[in-house]
Amino acid sequence: MSAVPLDVPLPPLATYALRLGDDALILAQRMGEWIASAPQIEEDVALGNIALDLLGQARTLLTYAGEVEGAGRSEDDLAYLREERAFLNLHIVEQPGGDFGVTMARLLFFSTYQLGLYDRLQHSSDPTLAGVAGKAVKEVAYHRDHATQWVLRLGDGTQESHRRMQAGLAAMAPFVDEMFTGDGLEQSLSSAGVAVDVPTLREEWDRYVGSVLREATLEPPETTWTARGGRRGIHSEHFGHLLAQLQHLHRSHPGASW
Amino acid sequence: MVSVLADPSTARATAAAGSVLDPEVPVLTIADLGVLRDVTVDTDGCVTVTVTPTYSGCPAMDVIRRDVRQAVRAAGFDEVEVRTVLSPAWTTDWMTEQGRRALDDYGIAPPPGPRSGTLSDGPVLVALSVRCPQCRSMDTRETSRFGSTPCKSLWVCNACREPFDHFKAL
Repeated sequence: MSAVPLDVPLPPLATYALRLGDDALILAQRMGEWIASAPQIEEDVALGNIALDLLGQARTLLTYAGEVEGAGRSEDDLAYLREERAFLNLHIVEQPGGDFGVTMARLLFFSTYQLGLYDRLQHSSDPTLAGVAGKAVKEVAYHRDHATQWVLRLGDGTQESHRRMQAGLAAMAPFVDEMFTGDGLEQSLSSAGVAVDVPTLREEWDRYVGSVLREATLEPPETTWTARGGRRGIHSEHFGHLLAQLQHLHRSHPGASW
Repeated sequence: MVSVLADPSTARATAAAGSVLDPEVPVLTIADLGVLRDVTVDTDGCVTVTVTPTYSGCPAMDVIRRDVRQAVRAAGFDEVEVRTVLSPAWTTDWMTEQGRRALDDYGIAPPPGPRSGTLSDGPVLVALSVRCPQCRSMDTRETSRFGSTPCKSLWVCNACREPFDHFKAL
């Protein structure tokens, strides 16, 4: 299956499903990297389970994007055979997990955003998107709770854990604004009752994250720059390396099956 | 919900599909688990079984679909289609009393009983304590919100010191 050229636009609904599916797929890959490397064995299991939830969401969303596109691409074609520029995920999900504090800052930021998004999307006029969101919203509530517990524990823990949690927040701060930057495509799908207009999620996000950071004795992070362009296929230097790991097996053995 | 019908062939297909065991928790049938949503038999004898996953990424679904096809064929139906639906989203409220008892006997603390209202109305509800399936003590603590499968969390009993799985509320 050859990649669809970049200048052929996908139907807006397929693009939207792909954006949400790519966020889930790429974060699943990043969370999976912790398996056998987490600070304790329970955390290996927890991060692996969160990755599995996200992967399940991604599978349904990519399958749906392929159906709406109508060009015969399956979930596997979309996950394994697209080039970097055809992925529409946010920058926050592709950043390296690095220190555990970075991973937990990201999980807090992203799961809070995703929970707000899915909570609205479960009322979408599109039954498939509503179905995925209605299921996922319950899973993501556990993800956010897990991140919250860790941020509290590390922030209000030892001097060293506090320092590293604060550094994790600083590392993820440049990627927050992009989550709430909508575009024309999302606005028009949102007017039609299909999609969620992300800028409307910001206030609730600020309130929740702010309350967690206060309780954790952490300072709200500041940033001098903000990432942008993920929804248009513009990615950071880390993304190619991630894709190489995600895709190499499938591409090395075309057509192989279990 | 699984329809209760007078039609004997539908009853037979429903019994066959409903007897399939969850491969991850092999004391629970998919009927007890609430994963089996519907069984219909059309006039040509073709069976359509509708199932729903517990979690979006539940890896047991492929095995469940295969086992359902086999079980319904073994009950004498040649044409079996298994449909997967996401909506309404599965909840532990759909687990039967028999299922809860089977879990407890097996050493997995069952989820809390059915609640009124829907989960999306508020945060995930977590019981204050979970009874140890080994020694029945309520003096237990959670060691991890996530366990050996997506549907379970890890607990340890402070009384008998045994670790155990808890089927968490969703």
